[in-house]
Amino acid sequence: MSTGFRQTDERSLSDILIRHETEIASAWISEQASLISHRPDLLTETELRQQSRALLSEITSAARMDPSLNLANSAWKATRDLLSEISRSRALAGFSPAETASFVFSLRGALMDRLQTVYEEDARSLAAAMRSCSTFVDQLGLVTTSTVLKTREELIKKQQEEMLELSTPVVRLFDGVLCLPLIGTLDSARTQVVMESLLQKIVETGSTIAIIDITGVPTVDTLVAQHLLKTVSAARLMGAECIVSGIRPQIAQTIVHLGVELHNVATKATLADALALAMQKRGLTIQRVNKQA
Amino acid sequence: MERIPILKQGDLLLVSVQVDMHDQLALNLQDDLTQRIVRDNARGVLIDISALDMVDSFIGRVLDNIATMSRILDAETVVVGIQPAVAITLVELGITLPNIRTALNIESGIALLRRLLPTPDGDADDQS
Amino acid sequence: MTKADTLPIHTEEDIVRVRQMTRSLAQQSGLNLVDQTKIVTAASELARNTLVYGGGGHVILERLQDAGRAGLRLTFEDQGPGIADIELALRDGYTSGKGLGLGLSGAKRLSNEFHIDSRVGEGTTVSIIKWKS
Repeated sequence: MSTGFRQTDERSLSDILIRHETEIASAWISEQASLISHRPDLLTETELRQQSRALLSEITSAARMDPSLNLANSAWKATRDLLSEISRSRALAGFSPAETASFVFSLRGALMDRLQTVYEEDARSLAAAMRSCSTFVDQLGLVTTSTVLKTREELIKKQQEEMLELSTPVVRLFDGVLCLPLIGTLDSARTQVVMESLLQKIVETGSTIAIIDITGVPTVDTLVAQHLLKTVSAARLMGAECIVSGIRPQIAQTIVHLGVELHNVATKATLADALALAMQKRGLTIQRVNKQA
Repeated sequence: MERIPILKQGDLLLVSVQVDMHDQLALNLQDDLTQRIVRDNARGVLIDISALDMVDSFIGRVLDNIATMSRILDAETVVVGIQPAVAITLVELGITLPNIRTALNIESGIALLRRLLPTPDGDADDQS
Repeated sequence: MTKADTLPIHTEEDIVRVRQMTRSLAQQSGLNLVDQTKIVTAASELARNTLVYGGGGHVILERLQDAGRAGLRLTFEDQGPGIADIELALRDGYTSGKGLGLGLSGAKRLSNEFHIDSRVGEGTTVSIIKWKS
């Protein structure tokens, strides 16, 4: 196989792209408008036209520099960036991955129609050009797909972080008394993050008592129970005391069955009881100011 | 020989560890403190390790020894300022320092020592 | 892609240097503060073992980049007497010298990966890895 031969074919495709840019653009836009994946609710007709024309214009200017149409080459950087940007904005706007991918895949039909017109008489060249066309569109498709995946991953990661932050508020109940109300199922990773932020808050606020309230926790496993215990030990090393409150009967049973020793840890049935104990330890009492109130 | 300075305030001895201690330096501190407790007739020892970014089993054992030895010499030891990351690592390592009293910072450490130490001679003793 | 540094372990001051180098590489690898502290503490335990039981040796420190994961590998090597019963040596509280007997088992708990290879009369190699979480 001679590379010179392939070179000629690819040059042909690039020549056609450059020479027939306007026609290809119109064909591509009408191709997209006819697809089921066309979503006028998410993207207006005007935006669709603008995006298609802008991308095609980047493609033709890159094709002038690199007729081999190899997207890995530096000449295609602007094309890759623009396509990533378009794919990203579509993924964020709510297009499904298939809908986003069909944006570039629909270019295949427009290109192939054009190739057929140009190579009407020459079946051999047509076949070769079709092949180049397929390879080229596939490369565009890969850029789109990986961008969509990356965008989704970023989104998921961001949401996870936000949820973690939301679900781990360390609040100051009183001077020197912190509270960590835990809600929802605890997994090992979340427990670790929560506990680290509790210890950090203890230092920042100079609190000597931390109440860990697990009223909102349906179950604990061995690992989570051990994390809880380790946190209590770490807090003690730092000079603060932990009170665990709101242990459900089910969790108490689990803890005993798991053989986790809790006897060095102060436990209270409710957050209110824990707060009362904390006040007592701080040498404070609550008094009603006005008996009529 | 390299030594960590020990300050005397009333009946308390104060140590602030500011350097990454090699093993002999930690052992020197243990020797110096036990001698100073007797010589200065100290009742309490406060060791601030807030500047340490790591405590391994050796330093942990030295701290534990200091607390146990000073108790024999009738003095209370309080270790203050253990950083969260250091505390988590110690627990993971299996070191819980059961013989040692701890406090968040120097201020609460001194308050704890004052609570622990009986003052039969009254308040006047605090002025020395 | 790895870049390795080697530090000798022949004095107590060398243990401090191993800790400091480990800290700096752990920071460069992007480990969070707790993970940095864990690997530095593990390094301190293992460096002391190399010095006290292995009669001195060296440590190789490598930053790892593996399939998008970043981490730090420390390999401690000595030509000391070796460990006859590794399983026993890994047990909590086991000690043949000074310390709390938490050196090996503690270092193992503080790392993500732990590997030990020891031959009586020839020496000991302990390698640990901490991955960025």
